[in-house]
Amino acid sequence: MVVNTIHGEMDDSLLEKKEGLLDNDIEFTTWTEYWLNEELVHRSVHVTLKTSPFTALEAASIG
Amino acid sequence: MANTQSMCTSFLGELMLGQHQLGTSTIVSRGSLTSPTTDTLKAALYLASATVNASTTVYSSTNEVTGTNYTAGGVTVTNATAPTSTNSSSTAGVGYWTPSASITYTTVTLSTAFDTVLIYNSTQSNKAISVHTFGSQTVTAGTFTLTMPSNTTTTALLRLATT
Repeated sequence: MVVNTIHGEMDDSLLEKKEGLLDNDIEFTTWTEYWLNEELVHRSVHVTLKTSPFTALEAASIG
Repeated sequence: MANTQSMCTSFLGELMLGQHQLGTSTIVSRGSLTSPTTDTLKAALYLASATVNASTTVYSSTNEVTGTNYTAGGVTVTNATAPTSTNSSSTAGVGYWTPSASITYTTVTLSTAFDTVLIYNSTQSNKAISVHTFGSQTVTAGTFTLTMPSNTTTTALLRLATT
């Protein structure tokens, strides 16, 4: 697979791949990194939002 | 300083003024007496060191991320789904809305940590709508994707409710 890097497109067989994730009440996030000779050359992130701002509204009583 | 997930307070008042139109157009726009239009919403990313919260009233480039292939102001949000409202009882209900597609920043390099996206209305003088935070990230020659929550009464991106 070809990966876009800071040095241009490279075949992933030349790179070291690292992956991680974060899962909490706010988000589920995954990231993929490719390293070349201990240099980070690519990092993509995918955040899935779980929560959102919530606003309560109120109509006042009249009288 | 820190960013705080919140509905922008100014947005609430502006809703009563009819200054935002989200989703599929259903009414004649304020700018035209003949043709309905839908507002263009955008999503801008902010550094973890910024202060974006409920007090934010308009988009600002101050402390916005910068980097390769990132344009100031961010990207357009797909605004094709009309807001929905549902009653939960005879005295309460919720109105809700979620963008109809993920927000994607393609092949960017954002080297300084960021943790916030501001949704704002670029058609209406960049008025702020909401602030959403996530774990601090950087991107290197890669893609940053924000996938929206399900568009339901309990998870939609924007929810206005009476209880």
